[in-house]
Amino acid sequence: MAQEQKQPRKSGEEQDATEVAPESDVAERKESLDDDVDAILDEIDDVLESNAEDFVKSFIQKGGQ
Amino acid sequence: MSVRRVMGTEVEYGISVQGMPTANPMVASSQVVNAYASATVRARRARWDFEEESPLRDARGFDMSRQVADPTQLTDEDLGLANVILTNGARLYVDHAHPEYSTPEVVTPLDIVRWDKAGEQVMLDAARLAQNLPGNPSIVLYKNNTDNKGASYGAHENYLMRRSTPFADIVRHLTPFFVSRQVITGAGRVGKGQDGREHGYQISQRADFFEVEVGLETTLKRPIINTRDEPHADPEKYRRLHVIIGDANLSEISTYLKIGTTALVLAMIEDRFIAEDLTVDTPVASLRAVSHDPTLRQTVTLADGRKLTGVQLQMEYLDLARKYVEDRLGADADEQTLDVLARWEDVLDRLERDPMSLADQLDWVAKLKLLEQYRSRDGLAWDDAKLQLIDYQYSDIRPEKGLYHRLVGAGRIQRLLTDADVEHAMTMPPEQTRAYFRGRCLEKYADHVAAASWDSVIFDLPGRESLQRVPTMDPLRGSRAHVGDLIDACDTAESLVAALSR
Repeated sequence: MAQEQKQPRKSGEEQDATEVAPESDVAERKESLDDDVDAILDEIDDVLESNAEDFVKSFIQKGGQ
Repeated sequence: MSVRRVMGTEVEYGISVQGMPTANPMVASSQVVNAYASATVRARRARWDFEEESPLRDARGFDMSRQVADPTQLTDEDLGLANVILTNGARLYVDHAHPEYSTPEVVTPLDIVRWDKAGEQVMLDAARLAQNLPGNPSIVLYKNNTDNKGASYGAHENYLMRRSTPFADIVRHLTPFFVSRQVITGAGRVGKGQDGREHGYQISQRADFFEVEVGLETTLKRPIINTRDEPHADPEKYRRLHVIIGDANLSEISTYLKIGTTALVLAMIEDRFIAEDLTVDTPVASLRAVSHDPTLRQTVTLADGRKLTGVQLQMEYLDLARKYVEDRLGADADEQTLDVLARWEDVLDRLERDPMSLADQLDWVAKLKLLEQYRSRDGLAWDDAKLQLIDYQYSDIRPEKGLYHRLVGAGRIQRLLTDADVEHAMTMPPEQTRAYFRGRCLEKYADHVAAASWDSVIFDLPGRESLQRVPTMDPLRGSRAHVGDLIDACDTAESLVAALSR
C-alpha cells in the first residue's frame, strides 16, 4: 500500500518545470489518499475488540465439516 | 448451458460466547437456533423430516414436547434436534458444534447470494434473540472457516447434476478448477498451516485443511472433490455434487463469482465440452502453494508440462467457458451468464495487472488491504495479535462490529443487492423451485405442517389419523408457476392436501 502511494511522488520529482501543475495535483492526491486511509483506520480502531491478545487466545472453535 | 442450475449453499458459523471462552458451543448453537425458532416460527414447530423415504404410517407419532423444551433444559442427546425450516424454504440447525444455515434451492448465482446473505441476517437476529434467554448469553457469530488453531468448519455448495455424467469427468475437470478458483473466491487468512504455526497471509481460509484428492469424508482427511451423493431428488436422473472446498464469503461479488463460474464449468463438463486436459500435478500441494502466495506468482505444473499461475489456470477455464456459451447459446445467452463471464474476465485481468484494485470486490483482497494499512501505520509484524484479530473480526456478522460491514458502510466494498432485497429473502422463498411450496406451506399452514425436508412436506390434518406426506422429489416442481395459484386459493391445509390428492 505504502509503496503504491509513494510512486506518484517519485515520478513527480522527475518531471520538469513545464509540469508544475500536475506535480501539485499528485501531492494533493497523495494527501487525500493518506487522509482516506487514516479515516478508515480510525473508524476500524473504534470498533476493534480492545485486547487483541486475549481475544485471539480465547477464539477457539470445535471442528466442523 | 448457462449459469442456471438447481443449487444451494450451507454455512457453518463460528460461535463464541462473550466472556465465557469455555462455554459449550453445542449449547450456544442450540440457543441460537431455538431462540430464532421460538420467535419466528408460528405455533407448532415443524421439524425436519429425517425419514425421507418412509411411507406415511412410518412418519407418525412425533414427540413435539422435545422441540418446545426450554433450551437450557436440553441434554446433549436433545441438542441434535435444534433443527427448523423457515418460511423462505431454508433450514436452520445445529451441526458439529456450529449453527448452520442451508439456503433454499435456487436456480441462479445471484439468488444464491440473496438467500446466503439472508442467512447471515437470520443468524444475526438469532444471536440477538438468544440474548433474552436465561443467563442472557452474549453470543457472537463469525462467517469464517477456521480458528487458526487447528479447527475448520465448512461453507459448502451443492449443485444438482445429471446422473449420466461420469464422475471421473467431474474429478478430472473440476480438480484444477478448484485448485485455482481461490484466487477469486478466497476469504483470506492470517496464518499458515492448520494450526497457524507459520506467520503470514494466505488467500484461502480452507486450503490448508485439504489432504486428499477425492473422498467421502468432510471432517477428516478432507478431499478436494467430495463424493457424498444424496441427490434429494430422483437418483436415477440426478446426483448432487457436494462441494466442500470453498471459503465462507462475506463479499457478495465473491459468492456470486464462486457459484457462477463453478456452475459454468459444471455445464461444460456435463456437455462434454472440455477436450483439454488441465490436470495438475500434486493437486493438494498445489492448492496450498497457490493459497500461500498472495502475490499470485506461484505456478502449478500441469500434466502436459506447462507451468501456470492460479490466475492463468483460471483464464484457461474462462476461455473455454466463453467459447462454450458462444457455441451453445450465442445471442440467446441470458443476462446473468453474460454478466458472470464479463466479471470473471475483469477480475482475472485485474488480478494479473493490479490485484489491489479488487479491494472493493473480493474478500481476500479487501482483508489484505486492511491488514497492510495497519502494518504500514503501526509497523506490525505478521505474528502480531492485532492482525489475527482483524482476520477474525472481518467475519463478525454484527454490522456495528464486523469489519466487512464497516468497510461496506464506508462505501469501500461493492454490493450486488440492497438491504431490502436481503430482508425480503429472510422470509420469502425463491419462486422457481420446490422451496416455494415448502416455504409457502410453512408460512400459510404452519399449524398443520408436522415436518418437512428437501423432498417432502408432511401435514398433520384435523380428523386424519395418519400424517399426509406430500413428496417433492423434483426440485423444479412446486414452483410458484406450479402451485402459486393453488396455495393462494386454499385457505386451509385440508383443502390444499385435498386438491393435491385429486
